[in-house]
Amino acid sequence: MKKKILNTLKLSFPSRSANEALARSIAAAFVSQLDPTMEELCDVKTAVSEAVTNAVVHAYPDRVGTIEMTLRLLEGGEIDISVRDKGRGIENIDLARTPTYTTGGADRSGMGFTIMESFMGYLRVLSTPGRGTSVRMRKKLGHE
Amino acid sequence: MRVEYKTNHRGTEVVLWGELDHHAARTALAEIHAWLDQTMPMHLTLNMARLSFMDSSGIALVLSLYKRMAALGGILEITDLPPFARRILKAAGVEKLVSIPA
Repeated sequence: MKKKILNTLKLSFPSRSANEALARSIAAAFVSQLDPTMEELCDVKTAVSEAVTNAVVHAYPDRVGTIEMTLRLLEGGEIDISVRDKGRGIENIDLARTPTYTTGGADRSGMGFTIMESFMGYLRVLSTPGRGTSVRMRKKLGHE
Repeated sequence: MRVEYKTNHRGTEVVLWGELDHHAARTALAEIHAWLDQTMPMHLTLNMARLSFMDSSGIALVLSLYKRMAALGGILEITDLPPFARRILKAAGVEKLVSIPA
């Protein structure tokens, strides 16, 4: 069943690493209307940070592209977050989602998707090589 | 994010202040390695008490410092780990390599 959207915020920003902090702070501010616990707020910030970092590092490895983030508040206290890019795309999504697998070198841990999934509960990754990637996460917050 | 360097009774201590993400980790890690090049401590304490945020970039930072200390026959110790940082490190099984406080 499709859930009713109660509030929404869309933003797009260049894939500069300084925007990782900006994106997660905005997501935290948006989620605050649900009166989340500190831990829930931290989960959302971390998941958004991972998704945006992936786009900065992997989608646009040698140029600055555009990242689009959409935040939706759904009925029943659920938050829906989408992070999209029009970058390089992922050839093998199952492999990319494998814990500790990374193409990012020694300064990346390969734990991004694993953390997004375990902190949010729901994660869907769609990608077309050469066209871009869309990451969708959902989490139910607080008590109804 | 800011990095503070101290000496304690066991050797040297690095205190991480603020938000540890991909943006901050790149500069911080290069800076810490440069500092280790100069001081060559046998015992390094990584104090995380002052962190207000950490994502998976923290895993790569810890592993990088662990490898560096192990290569020199030294020890890396993590102290004052906030709950959010503990969850991240445990997700990656870092406690199998580096002892993290209970």
